[in-house]
Amino acid sequence: MSEASLGLLRGLTTVLAMLAFIAVVVWAWSRRQRGRFDAAAQLPLEEDNLAGPSVPHSRGSDRLPPRPES
Amino acid sequence: MTAHPLGLSATAAAGPLTQPLEPFGGTAPRTAAGAAVRVEYNDRVVRQFALMTVVWGIVGMLVGVIIAAQLLFPALNFDIPWLTYSRLRPLHTNAVIFAFGGSAIFATSYYIVQRTCHARLFGGALAEFTFWGWQLVILLAAVSLPLGYTAGKEYAELEWPIDILIAVVWVAYGVVFMGTLAKRQVEHIYVANWFFAAFIITVAVLHIVNSAALPVTLTKSYSAYSGVVDAMVQWWYGHNAVGFFLTAAFLGMMYYFVPKQAGRPIYSYRLSIVHFWSLISIYMWAGPHHLHYTTLPDWVQSIGMAFSLMLLAPSWGGMINGIMTLSGAWHKLRTDPILKFLIVSLSFYGMSTFEGPMMSIKTVNALSHYTDWTIGHVHSGALGWVAMVSVGSLYILVPRLYGQTQMWSTRLIDWHFWTTTIGIVLYVASMWIAGVMQGLMWRATNADGTLTYTFIEALNATYPYYAVRLVGGTLVLGGMFLMAYNVAKTLGQGRATPAFAPAAATH
Repeated sequence: MSEASLGLLRGLTTVLAMLAFIAVVVWAWSRRQRGRFDAAAQLPLEEDNLAGPSVPHSRGSDRLPPRPES
Repeated sequence: MTAHPLGLSATAAAGPLTQPLEPFGGTAPRTAAGAAVRVEYNDRVVRQFALMTVVWGIVGMLVGVIIAAQLLFPALNFDIPWLTYSRLRPLHTNAVIFAFGGSAIFATSYYIVQRTCHARLFGGALAEFTFWGWQLVILLAAVSLPLGYTAGKEYAELEWPIDILIAVVWVAYGVVFMGTLAKRQVEHIYVANWFFAAFIITVAVLHIVNSAALPVTLTKSYSAYSGVVDAMVQWWYGHNAVGFFLTAAFLGMMYYFVPKQAGRPIYSYRLSIVHFWSLISIYMWAGPHHLHYTTLPDWVQSIGMAFSLMLLAPSWGGMINGIMTLSGAWHKLRTDPILKFLIVSLSFYGMSTFEGPMMSIKTVNALSHYTDWTIGHVHSGALGWVAMVSVGSLYILVPRLYGQTQMWSTRLIDWHFWTTTIGIVLYVASMWIAGVMQGLMWRATNADGTLTYTFIEALNATYPYYAVRLVGGTLVLGGMFLMAYNVAKTLGQGRATPAFAPAAATH
């Protein structure tokens, strides 16, 4: 490969990497994704359901149901 | 909050499970009667890995304290080949990175992927296999390394039969993790899982490529690469072991447990996405900075340096994202030692990811390379970031796995926090001073061009700092014993409690 086309290849790679980065930023900050991301961000705050599905789960609560005494 | 008590009518009519779990896009799992199925998490394997994290943390750090003492008192190897520094040092690094760090990653990733996907671990007994397989790898390492069997590659010393076992266990880990993601009941894949998934894929590629070797006997093999190519493959592996094993995986931990403990969502979910993509694309190319001023072509060294400098941006983006999660709740830091662990770990992450790019600059590297500055840098990352974020996460995880709301003693966590913090500061500061001093002494020349100092003079000057390092390391190890006691007490008053996915699907 000639020196000139190698330089072109390097330049294009840099531009493509830059565009990829900008695309990720634009996508992440786009209005359409907002709702999904806000919902996803709440996932770590959920508490386990210790009694199975019959107990409605409360989000963000630090309290666990009392343990049955043995 | 649209949760409604599905279960009241469902329990009466609950028939046998007729439909298998479907991946997202299908419907939530239901019985024939249309009632929601109880999705019980597989926490057994999480408990196993969590407890072994504490055990291997103590073992790995104990070996570290022993070799730190050997540097101060060489007689401590008792002239027994198995106890020489050269054999115990790889045992220390393997134990803390792969046994302690690895177990912490397995425990937290299995816990997090189930909670954020509302799904039980995929693959049934395969998760159990990853536990016993990984413990066998650790055991084989603990036997073969002191016996002197080594492939001679840093952080990849284990010989080829063990390498094959690692590859098998790792593929099983990937199947369990990705399979769980595939059958998730939540639309979005939470960012922590992106970090874990990237880490699992990359480590598989790194391990298999770098460990490629020609076996000659059961215990001896030769690398498939030679010369400078071998060195480049090794440090492509070595640096990405830092970037993916010791960084991406622990960022996954951070993105779940920092919001959890702070009681508020991550500061910016969007920033976490940019953080993820830029971190994984840049880390891959930073390896050549381990080979500055070697026979590696100069342009490759420059690429390594340029990419290392770029790494500062995503690293600090992630650190800021984690720390700012506490924005508006800073008062919690005063009373919650677990949050102290997590936030100080992020501070160490920020410090070592500033220091790393700086040390990758060729002229700085000319001073720092081969000195104890590198050791200080590594421990600021490995103890300050990796160990502290793991310990903080375990203090959240262990009580929950045993039906408790908190550890047996919060006061003891506070004691652990301070012994660890003071220990790490002593360790890192002494190695900084020792390293810069060594670098300056090694390069000092007289007017006629001869060296001002002999090597032994630089070594002599380092002794006091080795003593300070030993004190720092002992404090960190002492903190781990406090943790073991606290964990044992927490287990004693609790019991393994089954946990289920939330009753109503989030979406």
